[in-house]
Amino acid sequence: MNPLTLRYLIDFAYLVAIVLFILALRWLSSPATARRGVLAGEIGAALAVLATLANPEIVAYKWILVALLVGAIIGIPLGLVPMTAVPQRTALSHAFGALSAALIGIAEYYVRAPHITKFGMTEISMEVIIGGLSFTGSLIAAGKLQELLPQRPITYRGQNVVSLSVLGAAVILALILIFHPGDTFLFPWMVAVSLFFGVLLVTPIGGADMPTVISLLNSYVGLSAALLGFVLNNKVLIVAGALDGSSGFILSVIMCRAMNRSFTNVMFGAFGQVQASAVTAAESRTVRSATAEDAATLLGAANTVIIAPGYGMAVAQAQHKVRELFDVLTKRGVDVKFAIHPVAGRMPGHMNVLLAEADIPYDKLLDMDAANPEFPQADVALVIGANDVTNPAARTEPGSPIYGMPILDVDKARTVMVIKRSLSPGFAGIDNPLYYLDKTLMLFGDAKTFVGDIVRELTGGHTA
Amino acid sequence: MPAHFISSVYVFVLAGFIGFEVIKHVSRLLHTPLMALTNALDAVVVVAAIIIAGRAQTPLSMILGLVAVAASFSNMVGGFLITDRMLRMFKLSRQKKP
Repeated sequence: MNPLTLRYLIDFAYLVAIVLFILALRWLSSPATARRGVLAGEIGAALAVLATLANPEIVAYKWILVALLVGAIIGIPLGLVPMTAVPQRTALSHAFGALSAALIGIAEYYVRAPHITKFGMTEISMEVIIGGLSFTGSLIAAGKLQELLPQRPITYRGQNVVSLSVLGAAVILALILIFHPGDTFLFPWMVAVSLFFGVLLVTPIGGADMPTVISLLNSYVGLSAALLGFVLNNKVLIVAGALDGSSGFILSVIMCRAMNRSFTNVMFGAFGQVQASAVTAAESRTVRSATAEDAATLLGAANTVIIAPGYGMAVAQAQHKVRELFDVLTKRGVDVKFAIHPVAGRMPGHMNVLLAEADIPYDKLLDMDAANPEFPQADVALVIGANDVTNPAARTEPGSPIYGMPILDVDKARTVMVIKRSLSPGFAGIDNPLYYLDKTLMLFGDAKTFVGDIVRELTGGHTA
Repeated sequence: MPAHFISSVYVFVLAGFIGFEVIKHVSRLLHTPLMALTNALDAVVVVAAIIIAGRAQTPLSMILGLVAVAASFSNMVGGFLITDRMLRMFKLSRQKKP
């Protein structure tokens, strides 16, 4: 084939891939069409890969096939992880995405250096710095989510000054390289400093902020892919990167709004390290606790029950027991719904996936805006493993660290039941006045066991 | 400034705009699958990795390129796989077995 014709055909295949990518995201607007979206994405991606393999510049076919095979061998198990491991898997895939973008940028640099234009060097250094910091940042996030690293924020005095100086050093190295392209020995240093900055960026951030951090890293990975598209003049990379970047950005904004916090506060605020003063105030107040039998009686007699799940439900692996409870109550004619706070869990949409996996129909999953008007009509609000997102102090106590954060109005239900291991404050270390309300019953115990006990009471000793 | 820069900026701005408009309408239920899917789509950097490894200009560029091929292709395969697994789980009440 005429090389020019082939070139056009490849470009045309890329264009079709881009259109399919956009359609893929568009079809995610409803669970009913979403799987069609995945198929569109798959066809688009396959088309882009096949078109690239037809590129006559490629000589090392054998090795590429080996690398593709290795990628598939790593990728398939990562696609089959249990739903509870999805947050860490996502962080790991961000790390892989950032790694490949950074490596390609580095390879391109060494192919061109030292005969590299100022403009080209600017693009490459931006790409490599963002790719590098997203790589290590995502690895740290994955380590925290997998609990290989402590989930509590790790902080020290002057941390932000140190972190920003490291970023500054990376930028200065990039500037030197732009104006003195001959100083190639500085390039590995720039890479190393960016990698180090990624570690510093994510280490101080606590587990409760992971939904925002993971979204923000998602956005950076997209940005690094788009920048790589600028470096290599490849439009399909620019489009995919821009789509990924805007998706991550929108999710970060949603997460920040759901916590009433700014990006800067999430990144540099080290949320939830010391709230000792708020915790001590709890001692004098009394709580009402109840048994599984009491809870079963109340739930069985209710017309409407709204369940508010949180990360604790995922930790206790209680979602399948919750499904049994849902089935038993539904069979008795009780209207059971789920109220899902945007930051419940460790990544955007985490609770929806866990509940869908447990076979809860998605029309029973309400987001915060849909759920809140329903609480005043609910007989029982059952809180399972959620804490801060149900804390009425966010509405009433201007001094509280979470004041102003939108919450699930569980306290407006006739009765509130909270399944919790103990009265210890939640992840953010903030006391929850919900537990001391007259209408609140505390159900102390492991979420999975306790929900199982309630189900047994409701079915008269037989498990559902 | 290379000649293609301006057209790249055009593409980036327009794609970002389309991204905002399309993703704004993604169901709130599906934010986890959204992140998994955009991850898989972003893995199209494998295209650039294949080119840089395939040209084999220097041993270093080839090795880095091949690592990038494996890393991004694993995202592509794993990303589509897990997105589809997640989406298969979302069912309506009436679609459920009795």
